[in-house]
Amino acid sequence: MGGIDLQRSLVEVLTGAGLSSGAAKAIWMPLPMILIVLVVTVGALVCTWLERKISAAAQQRIGPEYAGPFGILIPVADVAKLVIKQGTPPAKSDPLLYTLGPAIVFISVFLCFLVVPFGQNLLISNIGTGIFFVIAISSIAPIGLLMAGYASNNKYSLLGGLRAAAQSISYEIPLALAALAIAMMSNSLSTIDIVSQQADYGLLSWNILRQPIGFVIFVIAALAECERLPFDLPEAEEELVAGYQTEYTGMRFALFYGGSYANLVLAGMLVSILYLGGWELPFPIDQVGDMLGIAPSTAWWQIITAMLGITAILLKTYFFVFTAILLRWSVPRVRIDQLLDLGWKFLLPIGLFNLLLTAALKLALPSWFGG
Amino acid sequence: MNLGEGVQVVSLIVLAAMLTASAMGVVLLPSIVYAAFLLGACFISVAGLYLLLNADFVAAAQVLIYVGAVNVLILFAIMLVNKRQPYQPIKLGIVRNIVTAIVCVGLFVLLSVTVTTTEWGVRPIASVPSTMVKLGQHFFTDYLLPFELASVLLLVALIGAIILARREMLPDIQPSGLGMSENLELLERPKEKASI
Repeated sequence: MGGIDLQRSLVEVLTGAGLSSGAAKAIWMPLPMILIVLVVTVGALVCTWLERKISAAAQQRIGPEYAGPFGILIPVADVAKLVIKQGTPPAKSDPLLYTLGPAIVFISVFLCFLVVPFGQNLLISNIGTGIFFVIAISSIAPIGLLMAGYASNNKYSLLGGLRAAAQSISYEIPLALAALAIAMMSNSLSTIDIVSQQADYGLLSWNILRQPIGFVIFVIAALAECERLPFDLPEAEEELVAGYQTEYTGMRFALFYGGSYANLVLAGMLVSILYLGGWELPFPIDQVGDMLGIAPSTAWWQIITAMLGITAILLKTYFFVFTAILLRWSVPRVRIDQLLDLGWKFLLPIGLFNLLLTAALKLALPSWFGG
Repeated sequence: MNLGEGVQVVSLIVLAAMLTASAMGVVLLPSIVYAAFLLGACFISVAGLYLLLNADFVAAAQVLIYVGAVNVLILFAIMLVNKRQPYQPIKLGIVRNIVTAIVCVGLFVLLSVTVTTTEWGVRPIASVPSTMVKLGQHFFTDYLLPFELASVLLLVALIGAIILARREMLPDIQPSGLGMSENLELLERPKEKASI
């Protein structure tokens, strides 16, 4: 599958219009970045709407309904409110760190989307370190949380920040071990290669069938990294008011809020890329094209497959988001010691075992486990 | 100079300035929390320099290990310590600072002279298709022994962490009297002797 190459097409159009190739590339460069920021922001806003609607359904309420059809404009109202709200930092806070904290969290989440593909060529950069890059960059976020917790000069904030850091460093390891098993099977860390390795037989070749243990570990660890219930210890309302975001309002709070939902979308995308075949449909679309007698390089066919691919990855992502939201409104929160126990005593040994099992199976059955 | 080279030069200058400034901040700032945060900035600038040298895997590993783990642990330790004691200026503090400054400037001069007079075998950075494949080849050929030793060491540390975490404590034995006892150790449940 060649896929469409938007960069080459645009650069060709611009050079055809009389620009030098350097200028054309300079014009191209900011476009995908702006696009991805917009897409992720919209995705996060959709998540907040889904959260409201699903929580309402779980509690047999209606939820937002007057702002637009099905209350779909509620996120817009949210953003408008947060933008025009006055920021009120506490008198004895540390003004520099207080502003820098949310910014670091937000930036680190959005940077991870650099390597998240929506299609064969629909990503910002296909760097070789792919999934490792995501894990590395997302490990910066706890610094922002600690910064916010410290700068707020509030005991709840500091406790929340410390909990966030402890939780994130303990669940990063099982997450990385689960991703490592996938990388071992795919012989690559690049997100593109991981997806194309799952492309051959449609649904049957998705990694979830070959890595069921890894899938469970990854989902649990991803939920913990997103600080979603049952692992939302850092912002447990009953114990810590709102954790590290207690003293935040206005735009700075919006950075935390948007960042956390963008992180949820990112987790969903990673789950769908690593385990659910990314942008691949449940049936191999290339073979369908062959049967219909359409050449893979036909322009309209490429556009259709790209559209289907984007739809597929968004559906998979939002399925994960839906599950996470449903979990939030149906299960109780774990205690902090139970949380750390689960991470260190259960997920870490299981993750190591899964890695060992994958290596053994890769040697024993190289045709199934990517020899 | 085309676009790519210009971006590289500008990034090199920015990264070097960031690295120097944050490293100076780590050493000179009196607030330990600021110093710890600046240490993170320092590590990130080093990762950026690695990235400029086409070492993307090393850069990502630098961010993951130094920023994501080491620096977070340092911050964690600083914020968990709750020791409020007035800051006592050290005797002869200014003399110490002057001596330290002299030593540091001397080292700096020495290093700059060495750097400028040495004949460096500068080679253009070869663009390797995948740095990880190259790294893997080195690991399993000429760096096999260090790699294996390091992996065994890390495995021991990992298993040790799991065993330490799985110890069972006896929380229900209360020391007599309600006052805090001096002995703050938790009693460990005795292991059953090799009951297989």
